[in-house]
Amino acid sequence: MLSVTNLDVAVNGGMILNELNLEVQAGEVHAIMGPNGSGKSTFANVLAGHPGYEVTAGSVIYEGQDLLQMDPEERARRGVFLAFQYPVEIPGVSNVYLLKAAVNEIRKHRGESELDAVKFLKLVREKLKLVDMKEEFLHRAINEGFSGGEKKRNEIFQMAMLEPKLAILDETDSGLDIDALKVVAQGVNELRDSSRSIVMVTHYQRLLDYIVPDYVHVLAGGRVVKSGGKELALELEEHGYGWIEGQTAELLETRA
Amino acid sequence: MNIAASNADAADYVAAQQIAAGALPAAGTPWLDASRDKAKVILADVGLPTTRLEDWKYTNTRSITRTKFDPVLRSESWSETAVIEQLKVPELKSHRLVFADGIFVSELSSDADLPRGVRVMSMAQLLQSEPEYLKSALGSALPESPHGFTAMNSSFISDGAFVEIGAEVMLDKPIELLFVSACSGKDRLGLPRNLVLCRSGSSATVVERYLSATKSRSLTNVVTEVVLDDSASLNHYRVVDESADSFHVGGLFVQQDQSSRLDACSVVVGGGLVRNDVLVNLNAPGAAVDLTGLYLGRGRSHIDNHTHVVHHTPDGTSREHYKGILDDRSRAVFHGRITVESGAQQTDSEQSNHNLLLSRDAEVDTKPQLEIYADDVKCAHGVTVGQLDDKAVFYLRARGVGEDEARKMLTLAFAADVLAKIEQPALKGYLERCVSDLLSSITHTS
Repeated sequence: MLSVTNLDVAVNGGMILNELNLEVQAGEVHAIMGPNGSGKSTFANVLAGHPGYEVTAGSVIYEGQDLLQMDPEERARRGVFLAFQYPVEIPGVSNVYLLKAAVNEIRKHRGESELDAVKFLKLVREKLKLVDMKEEFLHRAINEGFSGGEKKRNEIFQMAMLEPKLAILDETDSGLDIDALKVVAQGVNELRDSSRSIVMVTHYQRLLDYIVPDYVHVLAGGRVVKSGGKELALELEEHGYGWIEGQTAELLETRA
Repeated sequence: MNIAASNADAADYVAAQQIAAGALPAAGTPWLDASRDKAKVILADVGLPTTRLEDWKYTNTRSITRTKFDPVLRSESWSETAVIEQLKVPELKSHRLVFADGIFVSELSSDADLPRGVRVMSMAQLLQSEPEYLKSALGSALPESPHGFTAMNSSFISDGAFVEIGAEVMLDKPIELLFVSACSGKDRLGLPRNLVLCRSGSSATVVERYLSATKSRSLTNVVTEVVLDDSASLNHYRVVDESADSFHVGGLFVQQDQSSRLDACSVVVGGGLVRNDVLVNLNAPGAAVDLTGLYLGRGRSHIDNHTHVVHHTPDGTSREHYKGILDDRSRAVFHGRITVESGAQQTDSEQSNHNLLLSRDAEVDTKPQLEIYADDVKCAHGVTVGQLDDKAVFYLRARGVGEDEARKMLTLAFAADVLAKIEQPALKGYLERCVSDLLSSITHTS
């Protein structure tokens, strides 16, 4: 599904990711953890095609194709979805307007016809239930005046509508109270299946109690310094990131 | 010298007026002759405005004054039904008056089935049949010191629309005034003069639309006066969508009595050089005005909105929200002046002007100006000039929307709140199409 090899990324001349490697197979859920500033969000944004980051070396292959050569919209149409850490407010564009445009762009890309109004509405209603949102919400402007929890739920709702093959969740748990976290997690879990891969970026182990990952990677200094199963997250919780940073320092010394 | 040059620019029109005066509608009516003559003297005296005048600092009229436009003062039997069909707003049911280069075209108009108490007719016809009826109202809303174009219009008063909504009449169907410029020949000057009288407790909608029949160079110099008696309410729309080779100088001058309400919406989507002056006088307590505006510049168009709201008395409310979208090398000017006279306590006033620049070469000069002489008032104003939010563009692209489409979506969204206020669905649909058609020409990604 996704193969990231020796990825180097810079922003404003500063190196943020440094020889990052990651393999994700179809159906797998990967959690990427790490302290603030470790490059987690940069990695999520680079996968989605954010124009503010410069990839200076390495490759990202998605379904056998060079992902880095694609515009953000093409990535989305091919099934890459980023749930934003800070979803932007867009006054004047309603949620439903964007959803319709997005769903139809993706269908067009697949060579399918546009969804008619009845089918579209049916799909919308079904997915709204998944994230426990009311229908009136559709006609509000995108994220305008939404609470933090509503914004995150909206991201998961969009994800459910667009049915991506590779979903990247960037700190979807941040700013959520426990009830909202449960709703969001349930929405994500419903979407888990053997053909869909999920990459979750998170600072805290808490999210992983609700969305249990197959693999956990720890990012520090812009590279994956430790990978393991879900139990790695528990170890981190116990020892804190300092433990990993200590190990990394040793690792780098050994290399040198 | 510039001053002399401006007088020279006006001289042609002064001369043309002198030749035409005796044949203008209702010539020989003493008060009207005197009024036209006075305006002509002002025109000769102040000349056409130059950038030396503070109010014209950013709008150079050279492109207008270098051409000698030919005033159209009587019917030239223009009656292109096909053109009118094309310019119609689909699904808009209205009482419609059509004017060709400023002159009423009866055959193209549909002013039948007007309810009792409502008069909608040609100004020329009314001048000829009942000049005395206009004596006190005509010119009553004009600014004290009109600029040269307004004076020019007043010196020629010949045709335009006369609208009167009788006391307590609620008119649902909008009155549509369709002004078609560049009908016949090149360099023609249309000088429509409109008067809208809203008697006490009445309510109506008036839509002025300015369009071009051909791509020929033309000048429209229009003055609309509006008088709102106590508790009257008017929805007024002015849409300018003329060709890129047209010039448009328009005035909307308003007198408002007690508890009257004006909602005026100005939309400029086309035209080479467009200058709109708005003056609203709130003359009695409880009067309210809401001015909204949307201007879209592209190519080398120049759009200048000068508005002035004067609170003369207490408890007045004014709202003003203008938005501009500027592409290519277009340029816009916004000058929003609010005056609160010393007796106008409890005034509540808000003004904003937001601009979206879509190109590096587009430019806007915006200037809010508050003059407050009362001490118990609420006045707020705000101005912004910005570009599309890159984060929002990326957000939409990350959902599969192409970059051009994303930019168009966000640009339309910027205009959305102005359009959202339009109550007539057919009119709203028409203006949304005007805006989105214009935006579909935006393909660059700066």
